[in-house]
Amino acid sequence: MQKYSVFSLIKNAFSDHQNWEVAWKDPTPKSEYDVVIIGGGGHGLATAYYLAKEHNITNVAVIEKGWIGGGNVGRNTTIIRSNFLYDANARFNEFGMDLWRNLSQELNFNVMFSPRGIINLAHSDAQMNAYARRGNSMRLNGIDAKLLNRDEVKKLIPMADFSDEVRFPIFGGLMQPSAGTARHDGVAWGYARQADSMGVDIIQHCEVEGFDVEGGKIKGVRTSKGVIKAKKVGLCVAGSTNILAEKLNMTLPIETHLLQACVSEPVKPVLDGVVTFGAGHFYISQSDKGEMVMGGDLDGYNSYAQRGNLPTIQHVLTGGLALFPFLSRLKMLRTWGGIMDMSMDGSPIIDKTHIEGLYLNCGWCYGGFKSTPVSGWTFAHTIAQDRLHELNADLTLNRFSNGYLLDEKGLGTKTWIS
Amino acid sequence: MLHINCPFCGLRAQKEFAYGGDATVKRPELNKEVSKEEWDNFVYMRKSPRGKHIELWHHISGCRQWFKVQRDTATHEIFKTAKMSEEIV
Repeated sequence: MQKYSVFSLIKNAFSDHQNWEVAWKDPTPKSEYDVVIIGGGGHGLATAYYLAKEHNITNVAVIEKGWIGGGNVGRNTTIIRSNFLYDANARFNEFGMDLWRNLSQELNFNVMFSPRGIINLAHSDAQMNAYARRGNSMRLNGIDAKLLNRDEVKKLIPMADFSDEVRFPIFGGLMQPSAGTARHDGVAWGYARQADSMGVDIIQHCEVEGFDVEGGKIKGVRTSKGVIKAKKVGLCVAGSTNILAEKLNMTLPIETHLLQACVSEPVKPVLDGVVTFGAGHFYISQSDKGEMVMGGDLDGYNSYAQRGNLPTIQHVLTGGLALFPFLSRLKMLRTWGGIMDMSMDGSPIIDKTHIEGLYLNCGWCYGGFKSTPVSGWTFAHTIAQDRLHELNADLTLNRFSNGYLLDEKGLGTKTWIS
Repeated sequence: MLHINCPFCGLRAQKEFAYGGDATVKRPELNKEVSKEEWDNFVYMRKSPRGKHIELWHHISGCRQWFKVQRDTATHEIFKTAKMSEEIV
């Protein structure tokens, strides 16, 4: 594989950049693999990469219905954080933060990880108390957390509305300085390129039509490009989880919903890190191009549409304007939607299933992007070793019936409530 | 914006309604031994199909009645709405 560096860039400039190697091949599927990963998004590609790198399993295929990185890894708002209350989520995602910090070097692909911090704003004393509790919990798990008072917040985001007339005054906030953003497409491409170089077959435009299960064991998948036999199969399909579960006669604690995001026209640097509004559901960051990247509520009803509805965008931006009045002068560049696998407690599932050789990675709700490296890392471990790693030991499928829920936000099972 | 035909008020804009989830999940019968699986299926397990979905909506800024809607989750086309006492087949 060609190494990307400033020297290769200069060298290729002489040939008008016409002679770059392809980043990944376009193979026809073999008849059999050791592991087939369904879903060529961030999590699926990361899983294939860590299977090859950490577990030396290279006879792997990633099969993708559309093109790699065309789903939620290309549709999210690129926020990376580990500011979780519960130990299981905090440890899991903090391990992921360590992977993020080295990712560009490891993949030889600039994923533009930019740890500029995240501030969750508080608008009442009760919220400050809740954030103090969460911050303490984070620090006990070795994650950096800072409780900011109103003046400290004002120094960081002076353009927020700090006037006296505002309906939800800013009391302070909880900051994780090591949180940040990354170039989401680059993450998918970087993992794809490295996985491909280690022998993983990335098969695009190949839709799964069914599964071959015999005697409680997975034997292979039936796809639009023929039958592919596999000793092990991993499901990494986010918003399509329920569709594939139906083909397996499984019912999961997951509902599929739609989340929208939007960006404004690009402006000069105004906002350094990520900010979330505490009195409504709204979050915002500024991309390297200068666009304000914004998101908020789910559309609020089961959906596979991959496109959103205007009332939700209006509602989300009403919250945005209450926090940052200057947004009213900006033109909206585009909005888009992606479909979310909303688990019934808001936390993911990385587990084995009742079918031998079939592994499940789902339930990412609207927070899958930040966990891309750690999800791939733990899922690869789970598949290769046929047992859970201690990092995903609590992210089980049976936690719902056993009562060991990880309900981070205390929302219960009504995933559409925001 | 969806336009939902409330069985009591007629066609109204989506903003008047609140969503209530899958209408086909059944609460286990009262005063009976309920197995763990039955509770799981009622509380957590959802089919969440791509296509026709029977769901509950609440006309919260209108007549405040709950009712059933049959909607396509991929196209958002609404086929039928019905009162709670009526079945959608």
